[in-house]
Amino acid sequence: MNRKNRPFVTTFRRLCRNKMAVIGMCISIFLVLVAVFAPLLMPYPYDQSDFAATFAKPSSAHLFGTDDLGRDILSRLIYGARYSLQIGIISVAGAMVGGILLGSIAGYFGGWVDDVTMRFLDIIQAVPGMVLSIAVSAVLGPGFGNCILALTIGMIPSFSRMMRASILNVRKMEYLEAATSINCNHLRIILRHVLPNALSPLIVQATMSVATAILIAASLSFIGLGVQPPEPEWGAMLSAGRGYFRDYPHLVWFPGITIMVAVLSLNMFGDGLRDALDPKLKD
Amino acid sequence: MTAIVEVKHLKKYFHTPSGVLHAVDDVSFSIQKGRTMGIVGESGCGKSTLGRTIVHLLDSTSGEIFFDGENITQVKGRKRKLVRENMQIIFQDPFSSLNPRLTVKQTISEPLILSKRFRKSEIDAEARRIMEVVGLAERLEGSYPHELDGGRRQRVGIGRALALNPRFVVCDEPVSALDVSVQAQILNLIKELQRELGVAFLFITHDLSVVKHISHDICVMYLGQLVETSPSDELFDKPLHPYTKALLSAIPSTDIHHKRERILLKGEVLSPIDPKPGCRFAARCEYACDLCAKEQVLEEVLPNHFVSCCRVREINALEES
Repeated sequence: MNRKNRPFVTTFRRLCRNKMAVIGMCISIFLVLVAVFAPLLMPYPYDQSDFAATFAKPSSAHLFGTDDLGRDILSRLIYGARYSLQIGIISVAGAMVGGILLGSIAGYFGGWVDDVTMRFLDIIQAVPGMVLSIAVSAVLGPGFGNCILALTIGMIPSFSRMMRASILNVRKMEYLEAATSINCNHLRIILRHVLPNALSPLIVQATMSVATAILIAASLSFIGLGVQPPEPEWGAMLSAGRGYFRDYPHLVWFPGITIMVAVLSLNMFGDGLRDALDPKLKD
Repeated sequence: MTAIVEVKHLKKYFHTPSGVLHAVDDVSFSIQKGRTMGIVGESGCGKSTLGRTIVHLLDSTSGEIFFDGENITQVKGRKRKLVRENMQIIFQDPFSSLNPRLTVKQTISEPLILSKRFRKSEIDAEARRIMEVVGLAERLEGSYPHELDGGRRQRVGIGRALALNPRFVVCDEPVSALDVSVQAQILNLIKELQRELGVAFLFITHDLSVVKHISHDICVMYLGQLVETSPSDELFDKPLHPYTKALLSAIPSTDIHHKRERILLKGEVLSPIDPKPGCRFAARCEYACDLCAKEQVLEEVLPNHFVSCCRVREINALEES
């Protein structure tokens, strides 16, 4: 057996035993593939208007129907996966890097370093995440990049807090003292002994946060601060369709269902991952 | 015989919101090469703090620590690294003293890698050799701590501590978290290793039967201070300090014909936060008198037998030396 890959392999094997997690993982992977191969999968260009067929009901020509400008909703959803997933993944990755950095420093060194960092994060967290994202987008101006930045800033405090709590948990373990007594320096202790044991809650939080980020990004687009209308971000599509909801509900239904499926699958995957990563449950 | 470790007037205070906690207060003793010094005392009397301060996991407040004749109290940097390679510690809880994400071999190899004494190619063989020395089967090298039982985990901890052939090891209650049957195995392993490698141990425990089995000398601690120290056999035969007497009388006896008299202590342990001067045991001692409110000194009452009690001769009907 290849010992080096073993933790990864065991985690994966345990993940596969959880049906919900596998379903969630498959859907998530499917969405990523859709986003990657979007240009090949789209039946029509996402911005092609067919004014002869505005508000078309779902049919064999337009599986999910068309919107107010006669654009194919399926194509727009497929292309929109790129925006939504990128926003979700990049902002969470950014927040994770920031959170791990701040959280480890605060948790590992403690004392006044901890106080200063945490009070600073308290200030950010005192503002509700949604409002903070709106404020940042409003200041920086709407757009794809700014939307990601706004989400990242909004999520850093919760990641830092989680990282810090997790590190405080690990800190009282005697293997850190043992590491000190065999002459590990701070960097090695953090990288080899603290982080691997403190990261798993964060990984779970990350998968869940991708879902939240997609939701918030959709909300931002919905109120006009996120990705701008001609681009087919899911929330923006939802927002654009809301005026026609009574007469043509499919304009709202399909983006809504897509967002729901994406968020749900990521949450299911995250739940399964949490169970699979707990070393004490290992068989 | 020369002392490998000598501690002089060692103090370790912690600043807490309610005052200064005197965890270790003016402790002096020395440990000879290749011998075992047992430290006994009840929970919270500063045993573990003492051990951790000696191996520099905690900085001392004042006092001096000598290793092989050299004052190492304030060593820093590379010197400190060398000192640590020669002084190791075995922890109480084998569940929390091993990193759950490292295999047995990785844990044992780590000190070897960090010491930079070995080439990459030698580390594997050296780790296997250490596993054999501490009685771990080779097939366990890829196991993670949660796959091992308590005794095996503790063997891994011992292996990590002994990897670089230290000359002095602090054992911080190494068997109190183990089953009794496994306790004996680990104690025998420690004794055996001492015979083979000539390591000196500071053996911290609250279990008197364990300390009797393993130590050459014993220190009895009460609230951060030494109250009595003597060779092991003598302490068990002839305890002189009232606290030691009470402690020893609490050992369960297997002899049902000679019922020993239990000394039951009244009252509570005083708080170690800002203690008053004088004997700290006085409040619970049946022999307490006005003199006990003065500072007590550890004096040699019998050869090699030190007691910190102003009425020790009176109580034990000893001649003034």
